[in-house]
Amino acid sequence: MDILKVKNLKKIYHTKTNEILAVDNFSLNLKQGEFVAIVGPSGCGKSTILSILCGLDKASEGEIKIDKNLKFGYMLQSDNLFDWRNIYKNCLLGLELENNLTKNNIEYVNKLLDTYGLKDFKKAYPNNLSGGMRQRTSLIRTLATKPDILFLDEPFSALDYQTRLAVSDDVYQIIKKEKKSAIMVTHDLSEAISMADRVIVLTNRPSKIKNIYEIKLTNKGTPIQNRKAKEFSYYYDKIWKDIDYHV
Amino acid sequence: MYSKEHKKYLKKIRINNFLIKFTQILIVLLFIFIWQFLADNELINTFISSSPKSIINTMISLYKDGTLFHHLWITFYEVLISFLIASIGGILIATILWRFKFLSKVIDPYLTILNSLPKVSLGPIIIIIAGAGTKSIIIMALFISIIITIINVQQAFISTDKNKIRLLQSFKAKPHQIFFKLILPSNYPNLINVCKVNIGLVFIGVIMGEFLVSKAGVGYLIMYGSQVFNLNLVMTGVILLAIMASLMYYLIVLLEKIYLKNIRN
Repeated sequence: MDILKVKNLKKIYHTKTNEILAVDNFSLNLKQGEFVAIVGPSGCGKSTILSILCGLDKASEGEIKIDKNLKFGYMLQSDNLFDWRNIYKNCLLGLELENNLTKNNIEYVNKLLDTYGLKDFKKAYPNNLSGGMRQRTSLIRTLATKPDILFLDEPFSALDYQTRLAVSDDVYQIIKKEKKSAIMVTHDLSEAISMADRVIVLTNRPSKIKNIYEIKLTNKGTPIQNRKAKEFSYYYDKIWKDIDYHV
Repeated sequence: MYSKEHKKYLKKIRINNFLIKFTQILIVLLFIFIWQFLADNELINTFISSSPKSIINTMISLYKDGTLFHHLWITFYEVLISFLIASIGGILIATILWRFKFLSKVIDPYLTILNSLPKVSLGPIIIIIAGAGTKSIIIMALFISIIITIINVQQAFISTDKNKIRLLQSFKAKPHQIFFKLILPSNYPNLINVCKVNIGLVFIGVIMGEFLVSKAGVGYLIMYGSQVFNLNLVMTGVILLAIMASLMYYLIVLLEKIYLKNIRN
């Protein structure tokens, strides 16, 4: 079952002096529970697609079909935690905005915090937390409103390499455990291959779809385990050639 | 318990802080002492420069008249009213301009012109319209402080992290939610700074107003003193102002401390 259908999406940015075609002819179907990664050269308009999908930006042309009852969660590159709220209050932000602070929802947030290792940090302030913990808090804040689809916009690029591996493992498991569907934009090829069920490769601006890979790994497990799968380098080479980096 | 080194380190900080405070107080005492010494030995003309003793005597006689606290109260009252209106009004107007970008763009050149205009030049007009009284003084002080308040607060509101606004929008937040959940709380430190600047500006406005029209207040004391060539009175007025200004400044600093304490609890 496809829960999200995008057909021939097009986005043109207008400035005073010219217009820029950022995205052209982009189509995507997302299945329930599927994890899709979108990779492409930097500045190719990957993030634009996400902000259109979650309604922050308007498409110039194209069709987006989503079930009206589905909810989105959007996670950005920086964690955007509010310094003046403690971790617990930060996680409740989305629910507050929706006027949805019911007993059940608060319990759910508490459960998420407990399950994902932030139990003892509810009263702590973001400044006192490590990058990985902050990113986990940011994910819980997104999950708190019980979204059906998660949009992740380079969610780990602000972290150092070690933390990044650990947090992507965490986040991946949280998403799978909570049975969410997700679309992730990234420029890190190994991250995309190790996490996604499907990788969409975009061309340089204007972004068009260059290739789509179903990632089939033997012994598929967590992202860190997946990096050791024997097909990993095969996909890596393929995608690398697709993107055709000129250094 | 702390280690020996840490205790040493703490002690060093304490001693350093003490030395700073001690030197600060020493400078004031030394200044007063030298001033008095020069006056006693007639090395300076006390008719023009007054002396600490005669300033204290003037204060005591004002106190005995029963007018000291009256003048202080009048000035304090004017400053307080203007400060409250300027700060609250300025923040309100800045909020409206933040919400309605079109209005803010339309109004921008007028704000800039009003801001660079020397506000004293409006004095005569204000007096003719509002009458020679407290009202004129407050309007004067308002003119001086509210425009820069609006400009500064609006600037602070606009520079709020765009990514955080996007985050709230992704939760489908409405403008008033964005304002109360993000814009306002993230700008509290800026608002406190604006208040600190405002206290100074409002003081300038009030004293200027009192110079132009007034029957009481510290500005009136200074003006009256200079007209009857009673420099003791002028100096007393200046000292009173210095004390008042610093007290009000520390009041704001205290508010800031309370706020910082609250945010951490």
